[in-house]
Amino acid sequence: MSPKKIKPPLTFPRSLTERPFHYCPGCHHGIAHRLLAEVIDELGIRERAYGVASIGCACFLYYYYDVDICEAPHGRACAAATGAKRARPELAVFTYQGDGDFAAIGLTESLHAAARGERITAIMINNTVYGMTGGQLSPTTLPGQRTTTTPEGRDPRVYGYPLKVAEILAQFPGVAFCARVAVNTPKRVLEAREALRRAFLAQLEDRGFGYVEFLSACPVNWKLDPVSAARKVDELTETFPLGVFRDLT
Amino acid sequence: MGKRIAKEVSIAIAEAVKQCRVDVIAAYPITPQTHIVEHLSELVANGELDAEYITVESEHSAISACLGSVATGARTFTSTASQGLALMHEILFIAPALRLPVVMVVANRALSAPISIWNDHGDIMAERDIGWIQTFAENGQEAVDLVYHAFRVAEDRRVMFPAIVNIDGFTLSHMIEPIELPDQEQVDRYLPPFRPRYKLDPRKPLSMGPVGIPEIYTEAKKAQDEAFKNAYKVILKAWDEFEEVFGRRYRPVETYRMEDAEVALLIMGSLAETAMTAVDRMREAGKRVGLVRLRLWRPFPLRDFVKAVKGLKVLAVIDRALSPGATGGPVGTEVRSALYQVPGRPRVVNFIAGLGGRDVTVEDFEEMADRAYVYMKKKPKEPYEMIGVKE
Ligand code: SF4
Repeated sequence: MSPKKIKPPLTFPRSLTERPFHYCPGCHHGIAHRLLAEVIDELGIRERAYGVASIGCACFLYYYYDVDICEAPHGRACAAATGAKRARPELAVFTYQGDGDFAAIGLTESLHAAARGERITAIMINNTVYGMTGGQLSPTTLPGQRTTTTPEGRDPRVYGYPLKVAEILAQFPGVAFCARVAVNTPKRVLEAREALRRAFLAQLEDRGFGYVEFLSACPVNWKLDPVSAARKVDELTETFPLGVFRDLT
Repeated sequence: MGKRIAKEVSIAIAEAVKQCRVDVIAAYPITPQTHIVEHLSELVANGELDAEYITVESEHSAISACLGSVATGARTFTSTASQGLALMHEILFIAPALRLPVVMVVANRALSAPISIWNDHGDIMAERDIGWIQTFAENGQEAVDLVYHAFRVAEDRRVMFPAIVNIDGFTLSHMIEPIELPDQEQVDRYLPPFRPRYKLDPRKPLSMGPVGIPEIYTEAKKAQDEAFKNAYKVILKAWDEFEEVFGRRYRPVETYRMEDAEVALLIMGSLAETAMTAVDRMREAGKRVGLVRLRLWRPFPLRDFVKAVKGLKVLAVIDRALSPGATGGPVGTEVRSALYQVPGRPRVVNFIAGLGGRDVTVEDFEEMADRAYVYMKKKPKEPYEMIGVKE
């Protein structure tokens, strides 16, 4: 994946509003937000972009994007996005969800939208915990990881194993692009941006479902300072390898 | 007797659930219930509670897992709120029909949309007809006490119905209050081990939840309804025994300064404490105002309720949920219907207040009581009014 057409730094994306993010210091949502806005700008789809926000830390998406945003019930973003896209195929429809929303309560909707090859772009911010409700175990919690519902660490025999969503989706013929990215180093930020662009091309070129999973730091619930949390993302890549798992664009 | 110590109500509830020796907890985190199940998971993790804690992927699965668990004869607990309760909706009806006595604490919270994490009773009122025993707590101590009571009643062989204890989200769930947790020995005395007559056991095979063809569906529902009505006596008796063991007395309907009252406010949940202050102030001003609080909502305590409001001229029912297009809030319509056949019944006026975390102040209650006085002479134009709306 070679980064293309890097914008000069310090220009403010047109698709973002100027409202400061409410995210915790060191949270990677902010970087993902900016990248998404840059890609919407670059593809020139701001006027026809339609975002589906989810329940979780990113539920205030509508504050930050200067595009239409609709709020879906917990887990139902891909289903809501499907409805929007089927009704108005000319729109560029995306969802922005956490691992709790996409892979726990909403896994059924997520998988079926992908299986149907819906022409939508789904973004999952995977920080291995339910961030907003206070850091409980999520389907992507690592073995041994301490959360507020597994204070002794996730014991896979009792609490199961982490769900590798990108690897699962890569098996689906309806999925046109599927990647896992991180944003804890500059190089990875550029790769993440490119992945997002392709995940949009998947729908814009009418090829199928686009999916990007961000390994994202949650310093507050990991109980780490922002720098250590960013480093910790490297550890996550052992369980959740980065890369493009499927690309028909 | 245990000591009275300051505790967050959610934590105290979790401690009470532990004292009830639950076997299985299945839950999905949702604000403002989260602290209850988080603390339970801690108790399980550090070995203080010998139970299975199942971290399911949604409330729909949480309640399904609970039904599966209780069907095998395991004492089972869950907790949720708002959208989570709504997501359980489908399964909630099945639990009482199969006579599976799960106990659940609901930290009441408004339903979307708009998204609100704050307190009202919209979530539970949408589940009015699920057939669970439903109680409402006014304060932390009562919330805890209702948990012991819920297990005691639900699992009684004469009852065998699931039970919900409602606590107001944030205003109760996140408050730190002085709470007395009883000794384990008292709880054990009050709450015997769960021994259902029927359970899933390969040694004695049976089926649960078969199809109800038209020839038997009505009979099955009639049997369920009769059994639910009969639960009322056991609910009361369990409160009598509660008093014997723990020394605190609970009744299905609570009254405050109702002697000689001509106007009364009726409310459920924690706002009653604010309403009491309003009643005191109005009494000082010479107005004969009282307060009625429903602790038990399902089965509806008809006889005790009618007795409690006897002699009133106007009853002002305060609903914390909206029932769009109906003739009142859920409690308002219920109460009007309950009183319709009662000779000399008070006029029922209905206010909707405190939606989505909006504060209801002492002054608001005074205003509602004042309006009730106005309506003593003249019929209200509308079947209900919303209070505190910014115009
Ligand atoms: S809780 Fe975690 S995911 Fe949510 S804003 Fe804070 S750091 Fe980000």
